[in-house]
Amino acid sequence: MSALWVIAMAAPGLALASSLTGVFATARRPVPLRFLSLPLFSLSGLAALLCGAMALANGGSATLQLPLGLPWLPWQLRLDALSGFFLVLLGALTLAVGIYGVGYVRDFERGRDQLPPLGAFSGLFLLGMELVLMADGAYLFMVAWELMTLSSYFLVAFQHDHAANRRAAFLYLLMGHVSGLCILLAFGVLASFSGSFAFAAMRAAHPDFLWASVAFALAFTGFGIKAGLVPVHAWLPEAHPAAPSHISALMSGAMLKVAVYGFLRVVFDLIGPLHWQWGVVVLTVGSLSALLGVLLALMQTDLKRLLAYSSVENLGIVFIGLGLSLIFLGTGHRLLGALALVAALYHALNHALFKGLLFMGAGAILHSAHERDLDRMGGLLRRMPWTGTFFLIGSLAISGLPPLNGFVSEWLTFQAALQTWQLHSGLLRTLIPVAAAVLALSAALAAAAFVKAYGVAFLGRARTRHVRRARQVPVSMRVGQGLLALGCVAAGVFPSPFIAWIARVPQSLLGSGLPQAGAQGWLWLTPVSPTTASYSAPGVLFALLVLAGLTAWLVHRGAVRRVRRSDAWDCGLTPPTPRMQYTATGFAQPLRRVFGAWLRVDEQVEIAGSGPRYRLQIADRSLALFYAPVVRVLDRLTRLVTRIQAGNLRVYLAWTLGTLLLLLWVVTL
Amino acid sequence: MSVQLLHSLVLVLAALALFAAFAVLGQARLLAAIHAFAWQGALVAAVTLTVAVAESAPELYFSAVLTFSLKALLIPWMLHRLVRRLGLSRHLDRPQHPMLATVFAVGMVMFAYWLVLPLVQSSLAFTRNIVAISLAVVLIGLLTLVVRRQAVAQVLGFMAMENGLFLAAVSATHGMPLVVELGVAFDVLIAAVLFGVFFFQLRESIDSLDVDRLDRLNEAREDQP
Amino acid sequence: MGGDAVNAADTVLAVAQALLWPLAAPLLVGWVRKAKAMLQNRRGASVLQPARNLGKLFAKETRVAHTASPLFRVTPYIVFTATWLAAAAVPLLSTHLYTAALADVIVVAGLLGLARFFLALAGMDVGTAFGGMGASREMMVSGMAEPALLMAVFTLAMSAHSTNLSSVVDHQLTGGTLLPSMLFALGSLILVAVAETGRIPIDNPTTHLELTMIHEAMVLEYSGRHLALLEWAAQIRLLLYGTLIANVFFPWGIATTAHPAAWGIALAALAGKLLVLGAALAVGETVLAKKRLFQAPAFLSLAFLFALIGLISHVILEQGL
Repeated sequence: MSALWVIAMAAPGLALASSLTGVFATARRPVPLRFLSLPLFSLSGLAALLCGAMALANGGSATLQLPLGLPWLPWQLRLDALSGFFLVLLGALTLAVGIYGVGYVRDFERGRDQLPPLGAFSGLFLLGMELVLMADGAYLFMVAWELMTLSSYFLVAFQHDHAANRRAAFLYLLMGHVSGLCILLAFGVLASFSGSFAFAAMRAAHPDFLWASVAFALAFTGFGIKAGLVPVHAWLPEAHPAAPSHISALMSGAMLKVAVYGFLRVVFDLIGPLHWQWGVVVLTVGSLSALLGVLLALMQTDLKRLLAYSSVENLGIVFIGLGLSLIFLGTGHRLLGALALVAALYHALNHALFKGLLFMGAGAILHSAHERDLDRMGGLLRRMPWTGTFFLIGSLAISGLPPLNGFVSEWLTFQAALQTWQLHSGLLRTLIPVAAAVLALSAALAAAAFVKAYGVAFLGRARTRHVRRARQVPVSMRVGQGLLALGCVAAGVFPSPFIAWIARVPQSLLGSGLPQAGAQGWLWLTPVSPTTASYSAPGVLFALLVLAGLTAWLVHRGAVRRVRRSDAWDCGLTPPTPRMQYTATGFAQPLRRVFGAWLRVDEQVEIAGSGPRYRLQIADRSLALFYAPVVRVLDRLTRLVTRIQAGNLRVYLAWTLGTLLLLLWVVTL
Repeated sequence: MSVQLLHSLVLVLAALALFAAFAVLGQARLLAAIHAFAWQGALVAAVTLTVAVAESAPELYFSAVLTFSLKALLIPWMLHRLVRRLGLSRHLDRPQHPMLATVFAVGMVMFAYWLVLPLVQSSLAFTRNIVAISLAVVLIGLLTLVVRRQAVAQVLGFMAMENGLFLAAVSATHGMPLVVELGVAFDVLIAAVLFGVFFFQLRESIDSLDVDRLDRLNEAREDQP
Repeated sequence: MGGDAVNAADTVLAVAQALLWPLAAPLLVGWVRKAKAMLQNRRGASVLQPARNLGKLFAKETRVAHTASPLFRVTPYIVFTATWLAAAAVPLLSTHLYTAALADVIVVAGLLGLARFFLALAGMDVGTAFGGMGASREMMVSGMAEPALLMAVFTLAMSAHSTNLSSVVDHQLTGGTLLPSMLFALGSLILVAVAETGRIPIDNPTTHLELTMIHEAMVLEYSGRHLALLEWAAQIRLLLYGTLIANVFFPWGIATTAHPAAWGIALAALAGKLLVLGAALAVGETVLAKKRLFQAPAFLSLAFLFALIGLISHVILEQGL
């Protein structure tokens, strides 16, 4: 076995070891979880990171036959640039999550929560994700996929003494199964053309347009559910907040990306020739997800829910990039397709970094202030300066502001969208600018959402007593956050080397990389050509620092240097209290009025005996527009089935007998 | 002995097994039905032995021994003991329409013959016959499950189906791979044990072994009391 | 671009141009105020008055609320620097500008967004009602203005096949004809500029009424040199939008060579264009009244639609022209 495979096998091996050691942790003896299971978890991430980087560096692909599986359905592993990239993403996040978890799981040691399932299922969850990324056949892929879904179900249901968490977990399980079913059917369609469940055979077979489209639709539905795209996102804002925060970070940061990987693997790699019509569908769904996700994120007051909805938005942006890529590839523009694909992948990486960081920040607040409701926070920056700084970096990055990483990927997506003039179809020429407009709108609204989240939670004054008593979190949690913050800054300031690595994915997948991107040296990012667009992130950062230093130096040369502390302006009336501050609900009110039509806002003022009470409920329109009809149809169908479902065992057996006889008869025809 | 003769012996034995299936279907007394099932098991073992001699396949000897000890001795003994411990030795469980069931069963035998006609036309008449008989045994087993209300009788039907499948496997394809056979035997044994547990649970919760009383699932009936 | 094209003269010119921004910005504000005063039959303060105000603020003592965090104190520097850098990437006098390669028009919008992000955070930092109110309103306005801005410049970027502002201006100079899409983009950009620089009818830069103020509510707690930096940044932003409109849509006179005479002409031309624009702004502010806050979205969605129509009419109708 080559060194690559030794490291690659170490990753799932360590994940399994982490799972097994986690079983032995109890509330009284948490050492196995904290000092054995979680370090192994981190090491597994490190191994994934290394083997992913090696696979990216290799460029080609390497396969390995496992001595497992069924005789005619062997388990085969394969590492190529695509899986390498996602392994790097998963590994980097896992490394940080494992370190962070050491401090975070202390929360559960005092409570009534059972520690063994936490460690055991975390390890299995990681194992599932790693195997999905390495699988080279539909059989192993589906086994790993279900392992990932089921173990994360147990993690969502971890704090099952809250009814809401149980409901969230059930919804998650349900949607997870629908998703798994769709993916299985997609593989079924592909396998019927290739005659085998091995990916290599599927790659060689080329179904006709109709069947390829069927496979595409099934795969897009299946992976779209898992990626939380509108309108099948309903599970995401319920499940992600319910899990322990370090798991939320992993679910939002990595699991959604595994779905993106699956989509890329099936659509870009296995189905065969791409068609631009698929791109139109993906682009539309992506745009809708980006817009609706950010609007709903803006309306949330629960920090973890806000982050979860923002994941819907960011996955929408990723799929906008993928849709653009499909359109360009389907119309024969290989270079532009590669550009859009790189943009999507870069955003996926960035989202893993900053969303992981933000969920960790939310976890840190939960850990030290035991609060998730924004409207009860405030003033945390001074109480938790490290977490506050890291959360600020994450907020800036997710809002797509230079010189951090979120900006780079959005910039690349815009650059791809701006190449629309090279297309000839009127439909596409209209659609892509609209998608670009949606992207711009959702980026601006994301900034509003994170000004709200950061401003209300970390700035101002503490709104409740327990938040006032919040303290610094343990070192390991700060290190975990710090690693990801560092990643955000690095990916933002030095995009050219990152893109050079990511461009190996389209190089191996489509045979076309981005030769121009780093052609002007590492300082410059020029995706199409130097005259078309250029961005120098190190230059911008350097200029910012120099100008800021210059300004500060000049200003401080002035006569009065002293800064005097005084009370805030109170209009000459009573001193302001923390309750007078704008709350998260109040902050979002103007935008709620503007975009009210997109949401279902139920706002009431009740005049009761004890004075007026204000009630506000914001629901997702997709519930009424998409889920309710589906539920109605299903309900009607199940009513029909109850006629057959007499409940009598022998009647069921009679149905079986009848069916058997009928089938036997059919066979002889 | 000539192969021809052995083949007809197999057919005769298989036909007897089919007859045993009829007995399991129609016999109202549970103990008698268990005996019929034990005979069926013994007949299947005999068929296996005959095929082993005819084809000189040594692994089928082992298979025959396994079948005999499991299906003719162990499982009937376990069921027997269960019935006695549940106090059902004198229990009568008549199908609602015994004649109808029998007629239907005969119909299914004919159906089975008709089915295999095109299936193995090119092959030997022997194979065709034995497949038809096996299929009939399977179908009658399933029919037993449908018409008998007693849980123990249903288990017998289930086991009879398994016998039918085994018969087909042994005589038409000269036995399954040994691993598969061992696995199936083990499964059957486990199923018998589980059924035992299930009977006790069943009686504890509904005070009867009549599966018709297991219809609480029916949502529609709850809606309209 | 990198390396060969950069020589000493270019560097000097780029630095000079970058330094011109903060120097020229107070003058434009002074001119707008002067013009407004004259329209109202007043004599008005000198054009230099905003610059003098800045000097006065820099000399004053700086006060910070007890409840303010360190973020409150670094924000003025970040806002000022980001706005200045964004401005430095816009061709002011010459298209031969290598800072424009450093940051294209999307980066300019991003840097302005960075400044706004910190300003809104600083507004919420002290923990008074005004700051939160200003931040909330500012994010509503910018949430709609920023996409409109991007769409408007994308129309130009698509016709020039470049998002580099230098290349866009070059393209406008050489091959740009006035097309319907350009008109839409111009209209959109003007609406956005009015909203983003906090002018009537969206915001009133001179009011301190809590019901109406947006920008002023955020900077209410600032004083002394901090306030001076924020005011200065706001002035630079006004100049930035003015220059963007003037140089991109009416690029006449801008220097394309690194010749001192060309620079002189460019300076004169720019001054002329900005005088006209400033006067137009003053007229607009005099004849219009401030809108209610919740009519601002209608105003901004008009800008957004203009920009989108411009972009679509460009890609559909004008392709190949």
